[in-house]
Amino acid sequence: MTKVTMTVNGKAVSAEAEGRTLLVNYLREGLGLTGTHVGCDTSQCGACVVHVNGKAVKSCTVFAADLEGAEVRTIEGMANADGSLSVIQQAFQDHHGLQCGFCTPGMVMSSAALLAENPKPSEAEVRHYLEGNICRCTGYHNIIKAVLAASGQDVPAVAAE
Amino acid sequence: MHNFDFTKPSTIAEAVKALSAEGAQALSGGQTLIPTMKQRLAAPVTLVSLTGIAEMQGVCMGEGGLHIGAATPHAVVARDAAAHYPALAALAGGIGDPAVRNRGTIGGSIANNDPAACYPSAVLGSGATVVTNRRKIAADDYFQGMFTTALEEGEIVTSVVFPIPEKAAYVKFNQPASRFALTGVFVAKFKDGVRVAVTGASNDGVFRWAEAEAALSADFSAKAIAGLTVDADGMISDLHGTAAYRANLVKVLTGRAVTAAR
Repeated sequence: MTKVTMTVNGKAVSAEAEGRTLLVNYLREGLGLTGTHVGCDTSQCGACVVHVNGKAVKSCTVFAADLEGAEVRTIEGMANADGSLSVIQQAFQDHHGLQCGFCTPGMVMSSAALLAENPKPSEAEVRHYLEGNICRCTGYHNIIKAVLAASGQDVPAVAAE
Repeated sequence: MHNFDFTKPSTIAEAVKALSAEGAQALSGGQTLIPTMKQRLAAPVTLVSLTGIAEMQGVCMGEGGLHIGAATPHAVVARDAAAHYPALAALAGGIGDPAVRNRGTIGGSIANNDPAACYPSAVLGSGATVVTNRRKIAADDYFQGMFTTALEEGEIVTSVVFPIPEKAAYVKFNQPASRFALTGVFVAKFKDGVRVAVTGASNDGVFRWAEAEAALSADFSAKAIAGLTVDADGMISDLHGTAAYRANLVKVLTGRAVTAAR
């Protein structure tokens, strides 16, 4: 075990990690930040997406020890400073962008990464970007609406396919 | 996953030294190696991370073409190679999904040489040079069959140099669950001829389709290959597609890549 130090949601943190400790376990078990979910544990589903140095990564497929000194942002760091929901989170609530909620932390983090890169994505771009995030409830249409709303664009009536 | 010692050198020389230890294994973006370790198909004693080595990062034009540091993530290649080699940038931007592209690297991909990975087709199709800590290896000598390369014990890819063709395109038929190529074809037209590299199709991994190269070098159009057929013998057959299906895809996608080349 070695101590791994990083900045998580703006705070300097430090916790013990083995070589094999994945970032998601470091966050959940080391720091008690259980908002980041383990879905598939095989980098398919995206429930564990967090931002590392501003980029979306699957925290189940990166070792904590590889991120010594990194800036990490998780779903716990997404709300506004006063505790109110961020624009993206509020849009997910307003558009019912979640059903069981399990995939939601990863969906919100991936959506935030998309809007940082591309502030006004088209519907097709949103769908394409969220390819690596799976909603087991299949609630995709409302997730797409939430992301478009969070980008400040009109929300189209998304037809069921 | 079995535990291991973790080390993160900051120079190629330190990495090479660390890799000389018994049971040491290089780790790049980890998007294949970490899942493999979770399945206990790999259990290194020591992992040597290559992601902290500045001299293995980045994209720049230089002698012989476009130089890409082996530890450069796909997302960076997609962004920074776009102005120099659009077909390569587009290929990098289509690997996996955005989160995978932020970690996975070109060096990791070609060191692993997965038979369905995208990058080997670009490296072989461009006639690129694989640069290691010991030597420079021509793409034609580098890929030696499924998951097999010319790399020796303790040798790591440090960069890849791509000559820039007049026109090129990569067309991938996605396997939608894994996002690997069910079959993918990279076509590059150089002044002295055309190269066609196919991934995802063959049991031997990435390969060049020589008949199509000859036909396309004479006439760079999809109709030039209309009369050719691809032998299904030796093609991958699995629940996603039979050998005959993949053989047909090779021809169809080659035609599409020729039409899409720019």
